Amino acid sequence: MSEFLQHVVNGLSVGTIYALIALGYTMVYGVLRLINFAHGDVYMVGAFAAFYLAHALGVAENPTLGKTVVVFAGSMGICAALGYVIERLAYRPLRERPRLTSLITAIGISFLLEYGFQLPHWNGLPIEFPPGPTPRFFPELFQRVVWFEVGEVAISNYDVISLAVAIGLMLGLQFIVYRTKFGTAMRAVSFDPSIAGLMGIPVDRVISGTFALGSALAAAAALLVAISRPRIDPMMGMMPGLKAFVAAVFGGIGNVPGAMIGGLILGLSEEFVAGYAFSSYRDAIAFAILIIVLLVKPEGLFGRRTAEKV
Amino acid sequence: MRITRFAAVVLALSLPVQSAFAADGKILVGVIGSLTGAEATFGQSTRNGVELAASELNAKGGVKGKTFELKVYDDQGKPEEAATAMTRLVAQDKVSLVIGEVASSRSLAMAPIAEANKVPMITPSSTNPRVTKEGGKVRQYVFRVCFIDPFQGTVMAKFAKNDLKLSKMAILRDVGNDYSMGLAQYFTEKFKALGGSIIADESYKAGDQDFKAQLTALKGKKPEAIYVPGYYTDVALIARQARELNMNQPMLGGDGWDSSKLYEIGGSAMDGHYFSNHYSTDDPSPAIQNFVKKYKAKYGEMPDALAALAYDALFIAADAMGRGGDAGGDALRRALAATKGYKGVTGVITIDGDHNAVKPAVVLKIAGRAPHYAATVRP
Repeated sequence: MSEFLQHVVNGLSVGTIYALIALGYTMVYGVLRLINFAHGDVYMVGAFAAFYLAHALGVAENPTLGKTVVVFAGSMGICAALGYVIERLAYRPLRERPRLTSLITAIGISFLLEYGFQLPHWNGLPIEFPPGPTPRFFPELFQRVVWFEVGEVAISNYDVISLAVAIGLMLGLQFIVYRTKFGTAMRAVSFDPSIAGLMGIPVDRVISGTFALGSALAAAAALLVAISRPRIDPMMGMMPGLKAFVAAVFGGIGNVPGAMIGGLILGLSEEFVAGYAFSSYRDAIAFAILIIVLLVKPEGLFGRRTAEKV
Repeated sequence: MRITRFAAVVLALSLPVQSAFAADGKILVGVIGSLTGAEATFGQSTRNGVELAASELNAKGGVKGKTFELKVYDDQGKPEEAATAMTRLVAQDKVSLVIGEVASSRSLAMAPIAEANKVPMITPSSTNPRVTKEGGKVRQYVFRVCFIDPFQGTVMAKFAKNDLKLSKMAILRDVGNDYSMGLAQYFTEKFKALGGSIIADESYKAGDQDFKAQLTALKGKKPEAIYVPGYYTDVALIARQARELNMNQPMLGGDGWDSSKLYEIGGSAMDGHYFSNHYSTDDPSPAIQNFVKKYKAKYGEMPDALAALAYDALFIAADAMGRGGDAGGDALRRALAATKGYKGVTGVITIDGDHNAVKPAVVLKIAGRAPHYAATVRP
């Protein structure tokens, strides 16, 4: 029983990460009908932004709550800016082109970030940037303590704080999407961009805002990963990015609560397959889920079924 | 134009290897290592070890009046990059000898190229048997100065059974890694032969961030210890996450653990674990202490086993060049194969019929973020 509980705790902690990344995919898809394949790499940039910030603040020597908050907010801000820049430079000029063009551009951006970050350091910068392919050790933002134990299941402050931050961010997003003017505009653009434009909604600004928001969530996810699994490298976004994409499709791409549920279910199913059956099938399970969803319920758990316009 | 250039390349590749004692009095040695990437310290230590050896040899006047010059390439820890670097060293730079790689999967990508081009290659620290012997046939031009995994796996199994008195163990292996799979297999065979039992065998993939699913499954089966024959960045994360799950069993591993980064990432979670290695810096023997002193003076850190093996590799090559007729090609290959009783830093090295070095292994115990000598196991 305690083994089962431990698996649930582990699965939830991985699942919330997938959910946070999946939100970025799903929101961008909602407004643009674009799968932003560079999203996993924005997540990676989030981890490195936090890494540089933490070093600049000297977190490793003297961690405090204030610094942790600064690192969190800073890396979310940097990623939001990055998301904005990517959209402005790479996707907006192609918006009227066939959708495949943007998709391939997204893959190009992904490679640019992954391999650009593996280049040797540029001289004359105050920080070692780009970081190069060697994994870096992410400093501990705060001490890990076991808060309570249920049977043999140890639950630490990391687990609780991660879960709380993730849920807080998701609720915050839910509030933005359904209770604010920006969210209403976002939903209008998602419904039909040209009509929304005719109604006076600044479509470009809404799309930029969506990218910034999704990228900030990816940065938060990266930080939650990095504080408990302190190894970061330029390729770290690839696998979580793909899996979060699966989670988004599973939940119904374009649907915000769907992405959250999809992420949690994916995290839990991976955990149970790896824990109870075959650990070497851990990665395969995500893609098996993708294939089954596409075969059986292509619109996902909560997605709307839309007829393809011919 | 393009055809003539292509023809020139083909011609250049098909030319017989020139005598390596080139007219300018240099012996060009290629070094391939993972200077960056997930196993960056492996490549850096190897380069440092070879550089130290070369500067010492050159200070003494080199071999037969020729000094060593190094050509170092980074493969970023990728087998395909290692193969490219190897081709470049052989075809373009025309080196007389290649030293590299550390990881077996990368040496396995390089070995056929060495063999096809008849350029001797010494891997300082690849322990998978297939590096020097493929399908029952010994590769004529490939050598190593370290022991092999059947021995290393056996050493740890013996140590676990006889010294630590363990009888129920679990294995956590890296499925995508020739080295890890080989070690896990040899460990399992020996441990069972000694009367122990392997109660669980889980796997992971290098680069994974989360190992808690596997660890929770292992925890439920309550093994007395876990054998994790992986590379240091993964092992460090595994150790941390095991501690987070309140698992206090010792973990056992192989020489892939040997890196200062293991302690940086793993921190205090590494304490109490054991790994097999090629030498121990605690060893009071003058050969080792002398090497440690010189290495520390030059690079400001303790040499890991990979540095020591790389150092030995170049010295053994120099020894063979002195005995043989030439600094490369067939003559060097024959001289290397005839190496007997060479006193290196990592022990007395004799190259056997399969081009492996026969020597004892040490077991190190980690305490206070550093490895300490625990036992020596002889072949």
